[in-house]
Amino acid sequence: MEGSLNMVGYGLAAIGPGVGIGLIFAAYISGVARQPEARSVLQGIAILGFALAEALAIIGIGLAFAL
Amino acid sequence: MSDRLLAAEAPEEFHAPGPRDFEYPELFGEGTFFTKPMLIVVLGTLAVGLFFYYAARRGSLIPGKLQFAGESAYGFVRNQIAADAIGREGIKYVPYLASLFFFIAVLNIAGIIPVLQFPATSRIAIPLFLAVISWVIFNYMGIKRQGFGGYFKNMMFPPGVPKAIYPLLSPIEFMSTVVFRPITLTLRLTFNMFAGHLVLLLCILGGEYLLFETQGVVGFAAGGISMVFAVIMTFFEGFIQLLQAYVFTLLSAIYIGGALTYEH
Repeated sequence: MEGSLNMVGYGLAAIGPGVGIGLIFAAYISGVARQPEARSVLQGIAILGFALAEALAIIGIGLAFAL
Repeated sequence: MSDRLLAAEAPEEFHAPGPRDFEYPELFGEGTFFTKPMLIVVLGTLAVGLFFYYAARRGSLIPGKLQFAGESAYGFVRNQIAADAIGREGIKYVPYLASLFFFIAVLNIAGIIPVLQFPATSRIAIPLFLAVISWVIFNYMGIKRQGFGGYFKNMMFPPGVPKAIYPLLSPIEFMSTVVFRPITLTLRLTFNMFAGHLVLLLCILGGEYLLFETQGVVGFAAGGISMVFAVIMTFFEGFIQLLQAYVFTLLSAIYIGGALTYEH
C-alpha cells in the first residue's frame, strides 16, 4: 500500500462539512415542505449556506494536495 | 489500443491520477507557451462574446430564437442574482456579473465537452484573477459609498454589539472581509473543478485499466461498473460546474451588495 496520509486526514476533515451541508439541505427541504411558495427565497439562501459550508471541505482538499 | 493489448503480457502498473495530470505541454511544440487551458480560455471567451453579440445585434420587439436565448440568459443573472443579492441598485452591476457568470460557466463546462475535457478554471490563476476583480470592485464601491474611515468602521465595528466583544470581533471581521473573501472565492471554484476532474479521471482511467489490463471476470466487471459511474459522474459534474459558476457570481454580488448598504 502506498499513498499519502494526507488523504486520510482529508477524509476525516470532510466529515464536518458533510454534516453541515446535510443539515442545511434538511432545513431547506422541510422549509419548502411546510411552505412551498417560499421555495424561490429559500433556494438562494440554501445554496449560499451550502457554498460557505463547502468552503471548508474545499480548503481541506487544497491543503491535502499542497502540504 | 492494439499496442496496449499486446503489452498486456507484462501488465503495467496503474498510475493513479494526481495533480500532475493538470499540467499540459505546449500545444505547438517546446517554447510556444500556448497550452490547452489557454486554448480553452480563448475559445470560451469567443463563445460567450459571439453568442451575446449575435443575440443582441438586432434587437427587435418580437425576439427571434437567438435573441430570446440571449435575453433569458441575461435575465437570469439580472433577476436571480443581481436583483436578489444587491437590490434595486444591482442593475448597474449586471454587465459585470453576467460576464463573470457566463465566462466561468463556459470554462467549467469545458470539463465535460468531448475533446476539450478540461475545466480551465481548475488552474488557479483564472479564478484568482476573477476573485481579485470582484475584491477590487466591492472594496472600491464600499470606500466610495461610505468613505475610507466609514467603510472600515462599519465593517469592523458594526452597531448593536456589546463593546466588550469588539476586541474579538473586529480582527475577525477585518480578516474575513478583506483577506479571506478573495481566498475562499478562488479556492472554492478551483478545487471544486480540480476534485471533479480528478474523480472523472479516476473513473475513466481506472475503468480502462481494469477492462484492458487485468485478466479475469472480476476485474472486467469492476471496470464496467467504473465506466458506468464515469458517465453518471459526468452528468453530476455538469450540474456542479453550473452551480459553482452561480455560487461565484452570487457571492460576488452579495459582497458588492454588502459594501453598498450599511447601517447608520
